This record gives sequence, C-alpha cells and structure tokens, in this order.
Amino acid sequence: MKPMLQVKGLNSWYGESHVLHGVDMTVGEGEMITILGRNGVGKTTTLRTIIGILRERKGQIVFDGRDMMGVPLHKTAHAGIGFVPEERGIFATLTVEENLMLPPVVAKGGMSLDEIYELFPNLAERRSSPGTKLSGGEQQMLAMARILRTGVKMLLLDEPTEGLAPVIVQRIGEVLKKLKERGMTVLLVEQNFRFASKIADRFYLMDHGQMVADFPVSDLPNQMPMLHKVLGV
Amino acid sequence: MTTIFGIPMQALFGQLLIGLINGSFYALLSLGLAVIFGLLRVINFAHGAQYMLGAFVAYLLLQYLGIGYWAALIVAPLIVGLFGAVVERTMLSRLYKLDPLYGLLFTFGLALTIEGTFRYLYGASGQPYAAPTQLGGGTNLGFMFLPNYRGWVVVVSLLACLGTWLLIEKTKLGSYLRAATENPVLVQAFGVNVPLLLTFTYALGAGLAAFAGVLAAPVYQVSPLMGTNLIIVVFAVVVVGGMGSIMGAIVTGYMLGIAEGLTKVFYPEASNIVIFVIMAIVLLLRPAGLFGRDA
Repeated sequence: MKPMLQVKGLNSWYGESHVLHGVDMTVGEGEMITILGRNGVGKTTTLRTIIGILRERKGQIVFDGRDMMGVPLHKTAHAGIGFVPEERGIFATLTVEENLMLPPVVAKGGMSLDEIYELFPNLAERRSSPGTKLSGGEQQMLAMARILRTGVKMLLLDEPTEGLAPVIVQRIGEVLKKLKERGMTVLLVEQNFRFASKIADRFYLMDHGQMVADFPVSDLPNQMPMLHKVLGV
Repeated sequence: MTTIFGIPMQALFGQLLIGLINGSFYALLSLGLAVIFGLLRVINFAHGAQYMLGAFVAYLLLQYLGIGYWAALIVAPLIVGLFGAVVERTMLSRLYKLDPLYGLLFTFGLALTIEGTFRYLYGASGQPYAAPTQLGGGTNLGFMFLPNYRGWVVVVSLLACLGTWLLIEKTKLGSYLRAATENPVLVQAFGVNVPLLLTFTYALGAGLAAFAGVLAAPVYQVSPLMGTNLIIVVFAVVVVGGMGSIMGAIVTGYMLGIAEGLTKVFYPEASNIVIFVIMAIVLLLRPAGLFGRDA
C-alpha cells in the first residue's frame, strides 16, 4: 500500500511542556487508522502537530510525498489534509450553510452541496439556522460534512463520538464507512474502543507521547490483554 | 412660530440634523474600529489619524493634482487603505502574539507621529475645502432649511454603513471574517489565508475612516487635529454598542449623535458629556454593551 502520511521522530511542545516524544507512524492510502490511548498521552496533540496548528515541532512529516514541516498552516489544507477538531469548531455567527461552505475547496473529488444534504438531511432542513443551534450530533455531522466538500485526501478526526447518543454514534460510523468506500484516508483519535474496533483497519496505541504498539484489526483479540493493561478498559 | 415642548421647531430640527451629521461620522468611524477590533483584537488608536489623513489626502489631491471631491471620495480611502495595509503588514502584525496593550500603544504612537508630522507641515489651523458645486446651496423642507451637502453626508454614510454590513453579514468574504473572529486558528487550518485577511481588514477599517474624513472635509475644514477631537467620542460609541459588534457600532453611532444634538436643545451645558454619561450607565447595566455578546 502506498503511504499517504509518514511521520518520523515527531516531537512537539506547548510552550515549555514537551508533549510528543518522537512519534513514528505510517498511514497508507485509503486506510482508516485509529489512535488509542488514555487521556493526556498526546493523541489530540498528534493531530494538531500534523496539521500544523502546533508550530513548535521537530521531526519529519511527509504527506503524499511532500515534506510538510515548512508548510504554513493555511497551506496544509491545500496539500490535501482536512481537520475536524474535538470541539467541532462550528461557528455561531455563521449559518449552517455558511459553516458548510466555509472551508475552501482544495481539490476535485469533494462532495457537492446536494450530495452532502442527501447524506445529512438534517443539515438541509436547518441550513439557515445559526450553526451552534444544532444538537451536538448534528454539529458533529456538520463538522465532518464541511470537510467532505473540500476534496481533501485525508481526514484527521478527533473524537467524533464524544458525548453523543448511541444512535448518533452509529450514524457517524456509517458516514465513516461511506468515506472509506470513496477512498478517503482517515486518521481517527477515539476513546470509544467498541466504535473504533468496528471501523478501523489498524490501530496505534499511544502512551507518554509515543506510539507503543501498532496492530491490524484482525490481531485485536490477541492484543486485548495488553490493551486492558495500558488503557484500563 | 411653532414650538414643541417650548422649543422652537427650527432649533429642534436644526440640532437634530447636526446630531444626525455627527452621528454619521460616529457611525462610520466606530464601524471601522469595531471591524478592526473584532478580527485583530487591536484597539486602533490611529483611527482618528486615518480619518484626518483621508481629509488631508483629499485636500492635497485638489491642491497639487487638481483632483476634485468626487474622485477624492474614492481615491483617498484607497490611498489611506493601502497605507493601513503597509502598516499592518510591516509593523502591527508583529505584535499579535504579544499582550493587546502593545497594539494599542503602537497605534497610539502612530497617531501621534502622523498628527505631529501634519501639524509640523501645515500648522494647527484648518485648511478650507469647498463642497462640490453640485451639492452647494440648500433645500427648504418647509419646517427647516437643509444644506444639500449635509443631507448628502447623512445619506451616503448610511449607504456606506449598510454596504459594509452587507459585506460582512452576507458575502463569502464576510463569512471568512466572521469565522476568523471566532476562531482564527481553525479557519487557517481550513486553508484560508488568515494573515492576509487581517491585512485586508485593517485596510478596510482605515479606508472607512478616510472615507469619513473626505466627507467631513467640507463640513469641518481640514486640520491635523480633526481626528483627535472625534476619536474619544467614537471609542465611547464602540463601548456603548458593544466591542466588535458591527450593527451595534452603526446604530449606536447615529443614536448617540442624535442624543447629543437633542441635549444641545434641552440642556446645552450637558451636551459635551452626555455621550460619556450614557457610556457609564450602559457599562453599569450591560457591561458587554447594548449589542455585545456576553463573553
């Protein structure tokens, strides 16, 4: 499989505090990867460092054959990486449709507005309401939908199921499967282990700012004792 | 003569008109300040100087190039906007990472420098700038005499405010501005060139101030200190309207202009402080301002 994202020896800092201590990982084209780990081990920071929000970073990030370390934040999306933050980042002063249309289209192959409304009928109904008037689940759908418009090749998704009802979580799972069928590469951070085990191809386990294990979903039963120990699940 | 509450109607409407004219300038200026503050989080103390620059550029265009009022109304804001863009790119943008106080200090220093330079070159007294001949004279409205130029100022500033509001609330560019006001980092991660957006916004604010300056030139004369006198009131307008609120800045601008005018009729002694009294009351009752969102 052709690698889409290669990360080597990635370190990053929040001011004085050293969070990532040499992260190594590879994500193949079209793969769906889930990063597991306890709270505070650096999962969200890994995504924020890859996308370039966190600029105090050292190491190597190669995306689609291109060195990303010197690329300014506003050009990262144009290279083909989309980001859905944990707090979802829905804008209160923008309508649902304005939120949806906000991220610039960076490449062909993104969904059209009609396709998105077909996939998320709730958003179509509420297109002119302020973005933050949506329910938590709808906001998560909107946060994902607006990235799908842009034609990015890879999606960084931070805890999409956090705080949502089981039926919405199931719906998000369906959306992610559809994305996979379209060939989207996804790097997912997820605490909901059951959810992740249904959709991911491969897992990375993170601890103390490093990747400590890497295994495919087929190997999951063998890994359970180790996961229990590290995650405490 | 007809009177209302014992006040001659002529005097009442006369002061209302003056209030409306002042309110037009308050609205245009506080609008620019609100746009800049909303996105850049900079309290632009150079706003009065940029207003003065607009008037002076119009004056200089006429003196040295023979370019008249109508062209100056477009060209002067562009020149001052460009100047604003250069200032933002080369200097102001370096201060964003620091405490907001640095932006305030920088723009305050910039205002002093600009105003000092013009005072050195042109003296403190005003230069006359004639209203365009098409807008000379006045119209008798029956209950009062309206100088045509003043009527023009009220109408065109309303249009400029409305245009800016539409730009921010109804366009794609406006949605970038609003989103970047809420969460600039995320907007940048989506692939929008936020630093460029900041430059554009500062230029837009400076250009609006210059536009007000050109409009003001025939009303108040062109003087290096014309902005200093106005800017303090305009800051009060922004605070009353709610920091960063576009609609708040516009509505409050006109409202306070009119309140000031009416005070001149009913209790002239208080007319200089009425705006600040209103500001104090609003801050006590609604610290976020009349149109401000509670943080």
